[in-house]
Amino acid sequence: MTPHRPKAHPILPGTAEGPLLQLTAPLSFWGGVDPKTGTIIQVRHPQCGLSIAGTILCLPATIGSSSSSAVLLELIRLGKAPAALVLAAPDAILLIGCLVAREMGWEAPPACELAVSGQRKLPSGRVALDRAGHLTSSKQA
Amino acid sequence: MPLALTDTERAWLQGEGGEARALAMRVITETARIMGARKLVEVASAHIDGALYHGDSGTLFGERLAALGAKVAVPTTLNVGALDLACGTKTRLSPHEREMAARMMRAYEAMDCAPSWTCAPYQAGHRPALGSDVAWGESNAVAFCNSVLGARTNRYGDFLDICCAITARAPYYGLHVPENRRAKFVLDCSKLSPALRNADVFWPVIGTLFGQRAGTDVGIVTGLKGFATEDRLKALGAAAASAGAVGLFHIEGVTPEAPDLVTATGGERYPETIRVTPAMLDSARAGLSTTQEERIDAVAIGSPHCSIEELLELDRLIAGRKLARPFYACTGRHAVKALEAAGRRDALETAGVTLVADTCVIVTPILSAIEGVLMTNSGKFAHYAPGNTGYAVQYGALAECVESAISGHLTRDERLWA
Repeated sequence: MTPHRPKAHPILPGTAEGPLLQLTAPLSFWGGVDPKTGTIIQVRHPQCGLSIAGTILCLPATIGSSSSSAVLLELIRLGKAPAALVLAAPDAILLIGCLVAREMGWEAPPACELAVSGQRKLPSGRVALDRAGHLTSSKQA
Repeated sequence: MPLALTDTERAWLQGEGGEARALAMRVITETARIMGARKLVEVASAHIDGALYHGDSGTLFGERLAALGAKVAVPTTLNVGALDLACGTKTRLSPHEREMAARMMRAYEAMDCAPSWTCAPYQAGHRPALGSDVAWGESNAVAFCNSVLGARTNRYGDFLDICCAITARAPYYGLHVPENRRAKFVLDCSKLSPALRNADVFWPVIGTLFGQRAGTDVGIVTGLKGFATEDRLKALGAAAASAGAVGLFHIEGVTPEAPDLVTATGGERYPETIRVTPAMLDSARAGLSTTQEERIDAVAIGSPHCSIEELLELDRLIAGRKLARPFYACTGRHAVKALEAAGRRDALETAGVTLVADTCVIVTPILSAIEGVLMTNSGKFAHYAPGNTGYAVQYGALAECVESAISGHLTRDERLWA
């Protein structure tokens, strides 16, 4: 029998690996994340000061600015984007950043949908995402 | 259910309308697929948030579209850029950033977007008709467009907005669909004191409460009939769209889709009702400030951009006195022109007000230091200033901002909230 593997619904399918970062409050990327570094700068956010760069980023909700797509695009260009986005619901603002990155020939992170209850059950530490949306613990290379 | 395209839309996707239109159609149809839309809708106008410099990537995308010969197909206004072209306020951008920001602004103007450069396009003559479908970006502009004008738009992210303007198409889902515009919750303000409801400083606070409850939900505020002005609705929407993902709010008896509660909720059983108490307002208002410091280093107003009425109110409150602290009034070139026509620009600038046009102090580095205490009457500035500028924030009424800027320390009248 295969062990239970948490599965998200792929929105922009792809593979990724990195440390899991669970945000515990909604975030606007614009005004919330430094586009040059990937550090969370919204002082009212519980994870303020942490970097989203290279993480498997779980977002309970996205709020605020319609420029969040532009911040994500800049993070992608600079190599500071999350390795993957795990969203509680598809978000047309943030994901535009990924779609435009593709048009510009830049490698965009994959995105998948997983309810907050499912996000909370993900293993801590490093996690791998496959094209089908499975999220599993991964050993650090 | 797959996305159904018209023959014309399919032809554009295949490149028959040129490569710019094909690129725009790829972004739009992929968004439609992600969001579960089954068709596209024609839009009558667009407001573009995507011409603000956040890094070279956005400039390169704008220039890609312009180089492909993209032109907007519908009347299109531009939100703020990163440079003040109209009043010449200096920014602390590096020469490279300044050049890239200017190139970005030129690329969007080359696509025939109107150089309005304001986050309050609805006060610069861009007012789509009730019930029309449009594609607007900028969270406050979206909230105002949907709520106060009754036109229909989703919250278009940077870059999707220009794609919609180029094709005059948008994915049909969300707030374009009439059923999704109904209120799901009620914020009842009827028990609050009339004096409070009739104060400008109340509106960003109730907007913040609304946004915190709403997330992406549509709601209605009751008990504000007779107290609303256009600038108050503007302030409420901006605060709500900062605290939540608010695209549409209703105000009973005020906004066009909410003549009464039954209409706004679609005639369904009364939804969740939250009776707003002074304690809830205290908590939301306290959250808008991030410091206990009483020293005020600078004041910024104008998010959304000040209307001509707000600039004249500022002039009236200053009453010929001198401001002891930097005071930034962010506004659009449309309002600067009106201020000049009223003969009051010199008076404001002599008093010590810096007029910032085409941009604002939280989207581009204008403030003279990188930390300190900033006072504002804007719920949106209060929300974003700490992260974007490094300043701590004190929230207060416009009159309190003026008195604090004159004395250099916090002046606030708490009696209204008691």
